[in-house]
Amino acid sequence: MRQRGYCEDGLVARVAIELENCSYTYDGRVRALREVSCAIEAGSWVALVGQNGSGKSTLAKLCNGLLRPQQGRVRINGVDIRHRPVGSVAREVGYLFQNPDHQIFAPTVREEIAFGLRNLGFPSPEREQRLWSALEAFDLTAYADHPPAVLGFGLRRQVTVASLFAWGPPILILDEATQGLDWERSERLLDRLRERQDAGHTILFITHDMRLVAERASRVMVLHQGKLLAEGPVREILARPDLLARASVSPPPVTHLSQLLRPWGMKGESLTVEDFYCEYSALLAEREGV
Amino acid sequence: MLKGVSLSVAEGECLALLGPTGAGKSTLCLCLNGLIPHLVEGTFRGGVHVAGHSTLESTPGELSQTVGLVFQDAESQFVSMTVEDEVAFGLESLALPPDEIERRLTEALEMTGVAGLRSRSPLELSGGQKQRVALAAVLAMRPRVLVLDEPTTNLDPVGKAALLKAIRRLRKAWGTTVVWVTQDVDWVPQLADRVAVLWNGRIALIGGLPEVFDQGALLRRMGLRVPQVRELAARFDRAGQGGHAWLGMDEAAGVLRGRLGG
Ligand SMILES: Nc1ncnc2c1ncn2[C@@H]1O[C@H](COP(=O)(O)OP(=O)(O)OP(=O)(O)O)[C@@H](O)[C@H]1O
Ligand SMILES: Nc1ncnc2c1ncn2[C@@H]1O[C@H](COP(=O)(O)OP(=O)(O)OP(=O)(O)O)[C@@H](O)[C@H]1O
Ligand SMILES: [Mg+2]
Ligand SMILES: [Mg+2]
Repeated sequence: MRQRGYCEDGLVARVAIELENCSYTYDGRVRALREVSCAIEAGSWVALVGQNGSGKSTLAKLCNGLLRPQQGRVRINGVDIRHRPVGSVAREVGYLFQNPDHQIFAPTVREEIAFGLRNLGFPSPEREQRLWSALEAFDLTAYADHPPAVLGFGLRRQVTVASLFAWGPPILILDEATQGLDWERSERLLDRLRERQDAGHTILFITHDMRLVAERASRVMVLHQGKLLAEGPVREILARPDLLARASVSPPPVTHLSQLLRPWGMKGESLTVEDFYCEYSALLAEREGV
Repeated sequence: MLKGVSLSVAEGECLALLGPTGAGKSTLCLCLNGLIPHLVEGTFRGGVHVAGHSTLESTPGELSQTVGLVFQDAESQFVSMTVEDEVAFGLESLALPPDEIERRLTEALEMTGVAGLRSRSPLELSGGQKQRVALAAVLAMRPRVLVLDEPTTNLDPVGKAALLKAIRRLRKAWGTTVVWVTQDVDWVPQLADRVAVLWNGRIALIGGLPEVFDQGALLRRMGLRVPQVRELAARFDRAGQGGHAWLGMDEAAGVLRGRLGG
């Protein structure tokens, strides 16, 4: 039970990330976040969605100390990170930048991954072991000695993901992790994430791909113009197209389809193809039975 | 990286180019605007003709009047201090009168939903906002051939739908030819007339949407998936309630409603 993020008594969930009244303004001009409060349970998989410019990446950077809120508090595992240097927060919170090219600096893939491990002080034999298992996990072994710059976009994305997995922080914040990846690579990445979640890690998953939200996340937070517009279980949030539309988000195709069929008895909250198929078949059987 | 690719896209057509990570999609895009073979190192054999120009015989500068490429890593292309200058940059090289420049600038910013960001620095924007600015800069040029290398990866869903709609309008108004690289298969039916699948540097499949998306098993072996409504049709097929091959939402809704007696 503990692994899933519950305290010893098994009742109260531990909070991994907590924002209390956080505001952030860039250069004193662009208000990116306005008094956002939220709590993310340890061991959960939360999707963060919203319009371009709604403040998702800014929120992510507050959580790992890259940006400091001008107002409000950020707590990681209950501890205020106000006075902690970024390097120390990074041990607990890993952030995958939206743009892989903002994160890649080393001349080869191998050195890129080793760099982070060295920085975090892993001793040499363990470093090697972590390096190779991360390369393997993301099918990058053949590219170990390639300069990242000659890889296509999708592989550069994978390199940044592998770096993060190599050091394995217990809280993972991923900003558009699957962008530019084909379906198979995207699924593999999501499976690796699920394994981390099963081991008790917390996942904050920023994406515009609502199909992934429906298939993988347990809860959704919707940001709108720097404010938290809604938060709740995936099924509940995706069943509210009006709410989503306000945030420039739309449900995935099968969910939308089930909503079009609401007047004919569908509940409008199918999350997957299988979900839709089962509900529809039951409805059909019921109609035909009458 | 590309191995004996032969491909033709008709004037005014939109071809969606799918393919797994590393298949050579971006390489193909660079061949269309002449950066390959002129500026990117490598070995190039064969010939590419775009709107009557041979890419070997024209310079990338000349081709840029005809072919507009939106790069996959949009922000690496930014050269200006403001969004407005970024979008006007290409227009100024066309020697247009100032009021025409202003007209096209405004139109492109509105089309991509960034009119409110005119005086901001393109580098100090959110990921999706940057991608919109890169799109605006190319759309403002009104190229005869538009090459889009995963142009919507960072756009919010409503922004995606709006952009595809804007491009549909462009095609109608100007007869623009579009080559569109994407992993977002669910959106392909909204714009594409045909689909090509690049696999390992070769064209593995090419055809109309129904033909290509009928090959679900083959696509999966190549690491790709089909639109979700098509997957749903396949699910009904497997249960013996077959014969469906929807690609559009309205079509699927119509059939399913009918079966429920609506
Ligand atoms: N470096 C910066 N300097 C100034 N303003 C910025 C900077 N980065 C982002 N902003 C602004 O802050 C706001 C929030 O941006 P943020 O990147 O957090 O949005 P987002 O939700 O991640 O959007 P997207 O979906 O496009 O990635 C936007 O208005 C954006 O223009
Ligand atoms: N500048 C370069 N130098 C050497 N090899 C390169 C260069 N750019 C790309 N490649 C290689 O060419 C192959 C095709 O890359 P390309 O970027 O065209 O693929 P892609 O289909 O666009 O991939 P992605 O889905 O990741 O965007 C890859 O194996 C890549 O590593
Ligand atoms: Mg962002
Ligand atoms: Mg590419």
